[in-house]
Amino acid sequence: LWEELLLSPLPTGDVAATFQFRTRWDVDLQRGAAVSHYRLFPKALGRLVAALGVRELHLALTQGFWRTRYWGQPPLQAPAGAELWVWFQPTVTDVDKAWKELSNILSGIFCASLNFIDSTNTVIPTASFKPLGLANGTDHHLLRYAVLPREVVCTENLTPWKKLLPCVSKAGLAVLLKAERLFHSSYHSQAVHIRPICRDASCLAVSWELRQTLTVVFDFFSSGQGKKDWSLFKMFSRTLTDTCPLASQSKVYVDISPKNKEKELLEVSPPPTSVHEAIVQGDKKTYAVYDLLSPSLFNSSRSLNVQLKWKRPQDSSEMPIPTLHAQRYVGGYGLQTGQICTLIYNTHPYRAFPVILLETVPWYLRLYVHTLTIITKGKENKPSYIHYQPAQDRRRPHLLEMLIQLPANSVTKITIQFERALLKWTEYPPDPNHGFYVGSSVLSALVPSVTAMKDMDVEQSPLFTSLFPSSDGSSYFVRLYTEPLLVNLPTPDFSMPYNVICLTCTVVAVCYGSFYNLLTRTFHVEEPSRGGLAKRLANVIRKFRGVPLL
Amino acid sequence: VAPVQVRLVVPMAVVFGPGSVPGDLPRPLPFRDVQEMEISVNLRTSVTSRYEMRYRSTTGQEEAALAAATAREADAALHPLQDTTLGSLTMYVVPDTSSLLPQGINVYVGKHRCALVRAGGSLAALQARLREVTQVMSFTASSIAAALSDRVPDGQLSPDARRYLKSSLGYEITFSLLNPDPKSHTVDWDIEGAVNRYVKPVLDKLSLVANFSVDSQILYYAVLGVTPRYDKESSSFLLSAHSLPHVINPVEARLGSSAASLYPVLNFLLYVPERSHSPLYIQDKDGAPVSTNAFHSPRWGGIMVYNVEAPASPQASLPLHVDVDMARVMEVFLAQLRLLFGLSREEVPPEFLLEGPGNEGLADWELDHLLWAHTVENIATVSTTLTSLAQLLDKIGNIVIKNDVASEVYRAVASVQSAVTKLSLGHLHAAFQASKEAVTSSEKAFFDPSLLHLLYFPDDQKFAIYIPLFLPMAVPILLSLAKIVRETRLHKKEPTKMD
Repeated sequence: LWEELLLSPLPTGDVAATFQFRTRWDVDLQRGAAVSHYRLFPKALGRLVAALGVRELHLALTQGFWRTRYWGQPPLQAPAGAELWVWFQPTVTDVDKAWKELSNILSGIFCASLNFIDSTNTVIPTASFKPLGLANGTDHHLLRYAVLPREVVCTENLTPWKKLLPCVSKAGLAVLLKAERLFHSSYHSQAVHIRPICRDASCLAVSWELRQTLTVVFDFFSSGQGKKDWSLFKMFSRTLTDTCPLASQSKVYVDISPKNKEKELLEVSPPPTSVHEAIVQGDKKTYAVYDLLSPSLFNSSRSLNVQLKWKRPQDSSEMPIPTLHAQRYVGGYGLQTGQICTLIYNTHPYRAFPVILLETVPWYLRLYVHTLTIITKGKENKPSYIHYQPAQDRRRPHLLEMLIQLPANSVTKITIQFERALLKWTEYPPDPNHGFYVGSSVLSALVPSVTAMKDMDVEQSPLFTSLFPSSDGSSYFVRLYTEPLLVNLPTPDFSMPYNVICLTCTVVAVCYGSFYNLLTRTFHVEEPSRGGLAKRLANVIRKFRGVPLL
Repeated sequence: VAPVQVRLVVPMAVVFGPGSVPGDLPRPLPFRDVQEMEISVNLRTSVTSRYEMRYRSTTGQEEAALAAATAREADAALHPLQDTTLGSLTMYVVPDTSSLLPQGINVYVGKHRCALVRAGGSLAALQARLREVTQVMSFTASSIAAALSDRVPDGQLSPDARRYLKSSLGYEITFSLLNPDPKSHTVDWDIEGAVNRYVKPVLDKLSLVANFSVDSQILYYAVLGVTPRYDKESSSFLLSAHSLPHVINPVEARLGSSAASLYPVLNFLLYVPERSHSPLYIQDKDGAPVSTNAFHSPRWGGIMVYNVEAPASPQASLPLHVDVDMARVMEVFLAQLRLLFGLSREEVPPEFLLEGPGNEGLADWELDHLLWAHTVENIATVSTTLTSLAQLLDKIGNIVIKNDVASEVYRAVASVQSAVTKLSLGHLHAAFQASKEAVTSSEKAFFDPSLLHLLYFPDDQKFAIYIPLFLPMAVPILLSLAKIVRETRLHKKEPTKMD
């Protein structure tokens, strides 16, 4: 078990905390051992991988949206809601059935509504998602990808996630995972990644790697009286007291990279055990490292409470803008047609680079592909690769994948028009006036880095860099998700049938009542009488007016 | 509950060795005889057992085998000569004076499907003795009643019967090592070797009954639900019997239920108590420590507490390395496994000698014992399932039965009928297979998603929709009714006024 926590202050004053727990399972599933024995690797997931022929599994449950424009590149971003993508083994014959079964079992394990994944929100991307682990042959028919943007992530998803850790939340970094603090944050994303990796450098045998990550963004600027100082106790209302005895590596990294060439802007206490310099996503970063396994750390005090203080108030006007970021919105008016606009920014000063855009749109938005326009700097930009799979009503969603070249320092606008379909009345979810979500689109790119990178030993580098290994030193891989969209569909008045029933029934009842009265009434001849007070009053008035009496 | 009438036929051969033929045989030797016994579970469920006995004398080979020095050797020599179909039994009658059986032992039950019985003088005495043997080797009224425990009224069932696992097509066996204190103990267990050595032979034998899958896991920081009591006299910690029911719950949350399969799980937990709580002993109801330091939970599994000896010097460096003695652990777990399957050897009369199951952990006749009980249970389950399906259909008139559901129901009925006929012919194995198929089909039909009764519009809601019509329409009718009542009352009162 390797565990680590990365704390990085974000340009806006928030603090992002990323936990990573890595467990390795040295077993070759392909050999088909009948008896399986688990030590650190959780049995529930191990059985799943073995039984369903899963080669790679990536599940992310996210609450909130990572604002790339302001927060910079995340170590691992995930779209709002639930995201699941799985590569199956080539031996799996019926991938759709295995996928259905897998999503049902996962929804049981993680208490999430992943069982709503069906053919209407599953796509088979051809280019965007490559296996991250060992793989030979990337036949994309073995890949399934689904996003549930409506999913709400809360404690009931965190508890089973914590249970998969070998030390649960009793020792080590996992002590900090306290649900009431984690969900009191602007962004919360928890993920599970399973992939096959090389057991050793010679790569003769396969091991399975389980990587559990959890990212939280705490907003201290607004809650901490405008100060950007933070400490572990302030964030998690706990401190680190001991290590997980099963961990072979347990480290806390604090991002203290100097910004704007100004050094010594911030200070961390207690003094870190070492300082690590790395180039992460094209930026040179400096990390203060606390190795929890070194005995000296806990000797002086019983607990570790990492604190960070800013020496002088930092002017937040100069925020570094990430090289690649994107934005998406719905245009148009009325309830019949609309337009999805995606803006992709390339702020690199001199390098152009391609991105793969994956767009999944549910079938009830009927895309007009002929209206697809891609405009960069006022000129049309022709994508070099387009894969489009039209939707089938109630069967599968639209899938649009494009490889677009982004010129240096440019904004690319992609628009496509759609028509809103009318649903059957049983197909509306509860609260349909809230709108219908369209999942985030996915941008995958090899972004050229500003600083040159050198090849690092993967085993030695911090965990958060090693999921997407860079092929060469000049660029790094980035996967971004845009905002999910909320589209209003024409919604009928659901109480209408009952109103109609009530109205017609009332009319029928009134008619029936008068008919019944007519039929059952007996008529008597009224005998003249002197009349009541009203008649006498009327007669007095009539007498005054000189009109004949009643 | 649907009526179930099953007739179980046990084919038996009674072989008389030389010098053991009782004097009062009704006919000359080979002849056939039938004995019937009624086991009634409740008013509508009854099981008839029928023993078809074939009396004959030994052949030459059998005579030679019976001439062996000990019963065990004779059993081994007789095995290849026997009828090996499942469910059949062979009894060898030896003379009263035979030295094959030890003194004071009248019956010897071997590893396979045969028994050696002392003649006992008259035929009547022999038959009484044979009846006891067959009950041990095939089924007894109580084992059948346990299999039909759903139908037995509460209170009539022995507490043991609730312990047995329900019949299922497969079982998952999970061995878990609980280490609540990884700081002070690093526990290693050679589970792979132990499973291969001890568990696998048993499961191979049981594979006829169901599919088994075995896995193991190590759970850290998993604690029991109760804090043990410290006992000053023995300077140890004690778990009393009445607190054991609370032990499992917090552990169970972490065991990782079988999300990938629908079979019941048998959990066997090995608990290494934390250092501050060791040594830990389990007390029985009388306060005496349990010798195995283990207990089992009916239909769930078993827990064993494995104490780690304190290091000689208290300064010994932590964590302490512990290697689990798997032979000791597996002995307990296998005994618990047998208990959960209802294969206890406790209810045997004293003059019986049972051969140990040996390396396979299970004698052939014990397998038969299991098959008899499971077949009967399967048949009862199918009839219950189909009956409740029929009740559901009766309740909702407009339910749609798809063709595949209907064919599953037909298949279930056909298989259960064939199981019953096979049972009455004495073909145990075929009957068991048929009953298994019947269970599969009936469950598939019953749990078909199209038969969810919430899918259908209940009648009371239809009425609710029509209330806006009926309510205003009822108003004039009720008013005029009230008027009529008032008028008739006036009419009745008027004549009295006149007077």
